[in-house]
Amino acid sequence: MSLRAAARAYPALLRAGFAGAVAYRAEFLIWMFSTNMPLIMLALWAAVARSGPVGGYTQRGFAAYYLSTLLVRLLTGSWVVWELTMEIRQGVLALRLLRPLHPLIAYSAENLAAVPLRGIVAIPVVSILLWTARGQLGHDPLLWLMLLPALLGAWLLTFLVMALIGTLALYVESAASLFEAWLGVSAVLSGYLVPLDLFPQAVQRIALALPFRFLLSFPVELMLGKHGRGESFALLGAQWLYVAFALLATNLVWRAGLRRYSAYGG
Amino acid sequence: MIAVERLRKSYFVHRREPGLRAALRSLVHRPREEVKAVDGVTFRVGAGERVGFLGPNGAGKTTTLKVLSGLLHPTSGHVSVAGHTPQDRSPDFLRQITLVMGQKQQLLWDLPPSETFLLNRAIYDIPRPQYDETLAELTDLLGLRGLLDKPTRQLSLGERMKCELAVALLHRPRILFLDEPTIGLDVTMQATVRGFVRAYNERFGATVLLTSHYMDDVAALCPRVLVIDHGRLIYDGSLDELVRRVRPDKRVLLKLSRPVEARDLTKLGSIVSQTDAQAVLQVSQSELQGAVQRALAQLPVVDLTVEDPPLEEVMRELFERGVAEGAA
Repeated sequence: MSLRAAARAYPALLRAGFAGAVAYRAEFLIWMFSTNMPLIMLALWAAVARSGPVGGYTQRGFAAYYLSTLLVRLLTGSWVVWELTMEIRQGVLALRLLRPLHPLIAYSAENLAAVPLRGIVAIPVVSILLWTARGQLGHDPLLWLMLLPALLGAWLLTFLVMALIGTLALYVESAASLFEAWLGVSAVLSGYLVPLDLFPQAVQRIALALPFRFLLSFPVELMLGKHGRGESFALLGAQWLYVAFALLATNLVWRAGLRRYSAYGG
Repeated sequence: MIAVERLRKSYFVHRREPGLRAALRSLVHRPREEVKAVDGVTFRVGAGERVGFLGPNGAGKTTTLKVLSGLLHPTSGHVSVAGHTPQDRSPDFLRQITLVMGQKQQLLWDLPPSETFLLNRAIYDIPRPQYDETLAELTDLLGLRGLLDKPTRQLSLGERMKCELAVALLHRPRILFLDEPTIGLDVTMQATVRGFVRAYNERFGATVLLTSHYMDDVAALCPRVLVIDHGRLIYDGSLDELVRRVRPDKRVLLKLSRPVEARDLTKLGSIVSQTDAQAVLQVSQSELQGAVQRALAQLPVVDLTVEDPPLEEVMRELFERGVAEGAA
């Protein structure tokens, strides 16, 4: 299917994805409330910071960081890796392959369509909470505008990495456990558990050079106004370079994987 | 429409004995074994034909359908469907085919079928007037009224299968690959599905390739059958000819007004079953005429019917005899 044809079909895909997300509303709420790690970390660090700032973060500073983290996490979440590994194992992927539409485009619509629903619940709650820590947030409207492409980039990167690892299920049976490993490393190096600038210099240098930062920490840094305009632009460019690279890699792995695909149950 | 030449498809499967020791051993060493699912199959199917694929489980029927629909790459051989090489999965090819698998579904589980219909309309880029027309026609042929707006999970198996067929045919494919489309359905629903496939084939001149465990499906739908066993094609021709070749005997069914002795029956042919009011005899083709005349003259016959042996029995015998004798 040409990209133009895919673009024509995309609104319908999003609509069906949204209807699906609404149909699963109970699961959806449970998932949202289980994404509470930033709140736990906030309680922890707020207690530590009671006696004085930690590495430049006051209690309010931590509140602003972790609430922003929660918001970004909710808006950039994806689950394609679980779907893909399950569908490959059960042979259901075959049905997707029979349609004249790239399965990854269909998955992307299904995942993206859930974002507005999450937004409806997440944005008001977190915004109210963030308002209490507004002094810690950035003030430059341009950086807030830049947050939009940064969020999209973070979502795309999350989705593509998940799709890439999920696609490995075409080769190996343990793709899901590989993703668990990625998740573990990512929790530390993306700033999900601890702000990256609290790490020792050496670790920080590594974390800033790896792509994990662009999954989560970078949009949070924009919200907190940590960088000037010039540096923010450069970081946005770097994020989208990673997106392009992930797209290329996923595509390659997908094509090679399909050649091996033997549609289980044959 | 479909041309298959010396198609081979083999898989590698890991072998492992049961038990803990074998499990530990498999950590380091996994013996692989090549399984030939399809082993040098050649056939052609013309446009508008309805062809049945017969064979025991694991014979290679589904594998062949998957190769033809582009899901599997052949190990060797040449396959062409509607002028395309299936494994390229070009959009133009995918628009012309459909594969319905009785055991897998494409309907979105928690949404009404109408949602999947709209989704497919977008994916196949079906113009609105054509979509409305096809949907109206499918609704009519399959009796879908009232089903399309209920969540799929609340539909019965039969209702779901009807919707599966409809969604698979919305884009009016020219080639239908049906893999066990009536599996698990009751007799009435099986007949509905059969009637529908035939109607679709006649209405749109579509080519149909069908596998089924229910011989009635094949008998009712397919003038031509391909029999595949252990990955090899062992018969290609009409069903009647297959039955004649494998079991030239006929069944003579006698309804009796009073019980008769078994020895009176054995004079006519071998007894398949006997009760007081009815007897079934197996009689060779050459002796049929004489046997029927004698039965009418000598026995208290109320009614007499001559039939082919049941298809299930024919197939069982064919597969038991193996490739050598059944080969076309």
